[in-house]
Amino acid sequence: MTTPADYYQRDRGRHPRALTPDYKTSVARSPRLPLISLQQTVSEITGPVFGHDDVGPLDHDLIRNYAKDGDPIGERIIVHGRVLDEDARPVPDTLVEIWQANAGGRYRHKKDTYLAPIDPNFGGCGRTMTGADGRYAFRTVKPGAYPWRNLVNNWRPAHIHVSVFGRSFSQRLITQLYFEGDPLIALCPIVQTLPDADAIDQLTAKLDMNATIPLDTIAYRFDIVLRGRRSTMFENRPEGN
Amino acid sequence: MLKPDYLRETPSQTAGPYVHIGLAPGAAGFDIYDRELGWDIAGPNAKGERIRVEGLVIDGTGSPIKDVMLEAWQANAAGHYAHPEGGGPVEDGFRGWGRVITDFETGEWAFETVKPGAAKGRSGLLMAPHISLWVVARGINIGLNTRMYFDDETEANAADPVLNLIEWENRRPTLIARRREGDGQAVYRFDIRIQGDDETVFFDI
Repeated sequence: MTTPADYYQRDRGRHPRALTPDYKTSVARSPRLPLISLQQTVSEITGPVFGHDDVGPLDHDLIRNYAKDGDPIGERIIVHGRVLDEDARPVPDTLVEIWQANAGGRYRHKKDTYLAPIDPNFGGCGRTMTGADGRYAFRTVKPGAYPWRNLVNNWRPAHIHVSVFGRSFSQRLITQLYFEGDPLIALCPIVQTLPDADAIDQLTAKLDMNATIPLDTIAYRFDIVLRGRRSTMFENRPEGN
Repeated sequence: MLKPDYLRETPSQTAGPYVHIGLAPGAAGFDIYDRELGWDIAGPNAKGERIRVEGLVIDGTGSPIKDVMLEAWQANAAGHYAHPEGGGPVEDGFRGWGRVITDFETGEWAFETVKPGAAKGRSGLLMAPHISLWVVARGINIGLNTRMYFDDETEANAADPVLNLIEWENRRPTLIARRREGDGQAVYRFDIRIQGDDETVFFDI
């Protein structure tokens, strides 16, 4: 019986720790006992498969996908990039989902009570499938900063939540995209759960003037890296393939 | 750890309290997509016993967490996953993947599916029927992986290679759902405890 090839061990030092007391909600929501390390089985090396018919033609366009009687208010942006694995190989045909506040910093969510207005033409969510080269793109408006109850005076930097699947349950990832140059990044207790500046930099989308549409839409580039995978070991090729 | 020839995995961040907007907008209070994903795990053609799974996710203070999203991943009744490397064919419409959110008032979550069969684990050892679960919420910085087993699979559970590698035998029951008969349907109860007495076993996969 061949054991299917594992995905590389997750480098937990790259991710936030579970317990990060400056982000207060994590205190009661972080396991206290160690995770049990599991060599992957078929349950972990497989994962849900999506098709292009799972997403609608406007789902990636947040400027149009909820518009009722006009465009959403705000700075029009393109967010694009590639989904790659740790071996720098493109991850094709995988589902990428995003959600965000509107330009005023208010979410279209029945639990959000921030006083900034709801935008009647903005839903705040989108989804797309990556192409054969791992590329994805969304069109949206730049989300606003907003206050949140952690310390009395904490403000989230502008950010977009990103959810991506890859090919296996072990690659499943939810993260957040920040915007280059935002002074609130350095002050945010959620951003600061990340262990080092390089990790924060990886979550900071870069201004991409070449991808802008002149006189229309500014662009940011955000590549996403999922876990890589070992080669299946063949007896005649122990070095892999 | 320096890995000079490789890219590094994108770091995780919390899904936050408004995960519903992106992944279950109906629950956030608005309709936008023709089709929300993940509400139908097994489809109409799946063989096997139809079951309901329900529970709470409980934090370190003993309170239900009311903004959780869970994702489920499971084999069909034959022990096959709906994936090219899943071990064999599955019924038309069987996806094996589900997404569920908690009630904002009570924290209760529930999904309907079919009971999975035993899948082959490493070295061909059979694994007891189980559903893999992934838990995200505000305050959870990186999603938590766990597995739910079934309390009416006593023999299979006793031989399960994953349950058996949990050295603290007293923690193994935190992964076992309790069956009861509901309204003409088997219901399995599975409460997940993030901390405290009976903290659920979470896996680094």
